[in-house]
Amino acid sequence: MTTTTVKTAVQPAPTTGAGSARWVRLLRGAPLHVIIILICLVWITPTLGLLISSFRPANLVATTGWWEAFKTPIQFTLDNYRQVLDQSNMGQSFINSLFISIPSTVIPIMIAAFAAYAFAWMEFPGRQVLFVIVVGLLVVPLQMTLIPVLQIYTGLHLTGTLLAVWLAHAGYGLPFSVYLLRNFFGGLPRDMFESAYLDGATPFTAFFQLALPTSVPALASLAIFQFMWVWNDLLVALIYLGGAPSVAPMTLTIANLTNSLGQGWQLLTAAAFISMMLPLVVFFSMQRYFVRGILAGSVKG
Amino acid sequence: MSDRLIQAAIVLLGVPAALVGYIALVEWFVQRLPDKQQPRVRPWLWIGPALALLAFFLVYPTLNTIYLSFLNAKSTNFVGLDNYAYALTTSDSLNAMRNNLLWLVFFTGVTVALGLLIAVLTDRVPYESVAKALIFLPMAISSVAAGVIWKFMYDYRPAGQPQTGTLNAIVGSVGVTPQPWLIQQPWNNGWLIFVGVWMMAGFAMVILSAGLKGISDEVLEAARVDGANEWNLFWSIKVPMLSSTIAVVATTIVIAALKTFDIVYVMTNGNYNTDVVARRMYTELFNTRNYGRASAIAVVLLVAIIPIMIINIRRFQEQEAIR
Repeated sequence: MTTTTVKTAVQPAPTTGAGSARWVRLLRGAPLHVIIILICLVWITPTLGLLISSFRPANLVATTGWWEAFKTPIQFTLDNYRQVLDQSNMGQSFINSLFISIPSTVIPIMIAAFAAYAFAWMEFPGRQVLFVIVVGLLVVPLQMTLIPVLQIYTGLHLTGTLLAVWLAHAGYGLPFSVYLLRNFFGGLPRDMFESAYLDGATPFTAFFQLALPTSVPALASLAIFQFMWVWNDLLVALIYLGGAPSVAPMTLTIANLTNSLGQGWQLLTAAAFISMMLPLVVFFSMQRYFVRGILAGSVKG
Repeated sequence: MSDRLIQAAIVLLGVPAALVGYIALVEWFVQRLPDKQQPRVRPWLWIGPALALLAFFLVYPTLNTIYLSFLNAKSTNFVGLDNYAYALTTSDSLNAMRNNLLWLVFFTGVTVALGLLIAVLTDRVPYESVAKALIFLPMAISSVAAGVIWKFMYDYRPAGQPQTGTLNAIVGSVGVTPQPWLIQQPWNNGWLIFVGVWMMAGFAMVILSAGLKGISDEVLEAARVDGANEWNLFWSIKVPMLSSTIAVVATTIVIAALKTFDIVYVMTNGNYNTDVVARRMYTELFNTRNYGRASAIAVVLLVAIIPIMIINIRRFQEQEAIR
C-alpha cells in the first residue's frame, strides 16, 4: 500500500488549467498525507490518554476510560499537578537535573567527537580492533558496572558529587556516540580534507572547521538522545549520587514522591508531563539543525 | 545562591572550555614534536580521554563480570562452568532466549522500517517538524511512565464491564469481545514489542532523517531530470546512500533488543512467558543476589553480539576502501 503511495504522490500533475491541476496534485498527494497522519494518530493516542488522565480525579481514572472525560458532568482537576509541584524541592531538583544533564551531554559528545575523528581520519596500529571493542561495549548491561565502579568511587570520595555522575554518564554514553560519529565522519569525502590540508589546515582546524560543521545534523541528533537518556535516568543518579535532596534530579524526586504516597500512579501521570517538557523544548530547538545540504555547501565553498 | 552561580558557570562554560582546551593543548604539544613523530603520537592523544573513560566505566567492570561468572553466588568459590550451564540450559532461560530472539527480529525489523518510512515521507510534507515531533514524543517519556501509559492501553476488564483500556474499547466498538492482551500467549510478546517500537521509532527516525538531510539536493535533482520517479529514487539513491546510517540504527536497535528490560519489567515482570534475558539477570543480581549467575547471563549477552560486530567490521572496511 505504501509503495504505490510513494509513487503516485510525486508524479508531476498534468497541466489541465491552473485550478484543476492543483486539485489533481492535492489528490495524488493524499495517500502520503493519510499514511503520515495515521501513524501520527497511533503514536499520539497513548500520550494523549495520559495527558487527559493527568487532569482527572483519581477515582474516575480507575473506573472509566480517559475518552469518557468529556461526557457530562465534566470533572477536571489540577490536584495531581498541585500535589507534584507542592513537593518542596521540585524546583531545586529541576535545577539539579539541568546541572546533571548539560555536562553529561557535552562531555561525552566532545570526547567522542575527538575519538571518532581519530578513528575515521588518522592512521594508527590497532585502530580497527580498538574501534570494535569500543562499539562492543554498547552491549554491557549497565547494572553489572554499578558495583565495581561504586567501590572505586567510594575510595576516591567521589560518591554524591556532580562530577561522579557527569563522568559516569559520559562513560556509558561514549560507545554509541563514538559509533555514530565515526560513521558520519567516515562518510565525509576525502577530497574535502585533502584540499584543506593543501591550504595549510592542521588536524585541529580541519576538525573544528570541516568535520564538526558538516556533521551538525548528526551532532544535533546525538545531543538530543544523550540529553534524553540522562534526563530520564534514575538508576545512575540513584546509585552514584545517593538520595540527598540537595543533589537529587527530578526523576529521583518523582520516584520518591510516588513511593512515599503509596498510591502514586495518578501523580505519575502529572509528573511524567512535567518532566517531559524540557526534552520536548530541546527537541524543537534542535530541529532547525536538521537541514538538507549542509555538506554540499561546505564542499562547494 | 552565589554557589549556584559558580556551579552554573562551571556547567555552561567551564566544561566545554576544558574540553576544547585539552585538544588545543594536544595540538600545541604535537606541533613541537619532530615531523616524523607527529602522526604517531597525535591519534593516541585524540582518543585518549575516550579510552580512559571507557576503561574505567565499562572495560574494567566487564572483566570483573567475566571473572565473577566463574565463581559461586557470593563470589567465594570457583565453580567452573556451572553458572553457564544454568544460564544456557534451564527451561526458564531457554524461554527467555526465545523471547529475546522474537525481540531481535521483530523489534529491529519493524522499528528500522518504520523509522525509514517516516523519515522519507515526512521529508516531503510542509508539516514535517510537527509530524516528527509527534513520533518523537515517546522518546521524551521515561520508561516507567511509558509502562504506565501502555498498561492503560492494554487494560482488560471481563466482557460486560465498562472497559478502561483503550485497545479493548476500540475493538469493542466494532463488536469484538475484550481480550486480555498481556496474558494471551504468544501474542503478548508482540504487544510488548509494539511498546518498544513505539518508544524507539523516534530514535530511528531522527538518525535516519539526519542521514537523509546529508544527501545533497543536486544528486536528487539530477536523478529526477534523468526521469527517475520517487520510487526509483528511494531504492536506487536514498537507500544505498543511507546504507551505513541504516546499519548504525539497526545495530543500535539489535543491541537494545538484546538488552530489553524496562518494558517487560514494568508491564508483566516476565510472567505469562514474556521473560527476557536482561530481566533474568536483574532478578539474579538484585533479588536472589546470585552474582555468579547474573554475571554468566551478562557474558552470554556479550557473546551474542559478536556476529553483529563482525558484520560491522566488514562494513567499515568497505567504507574505507571506497572513499
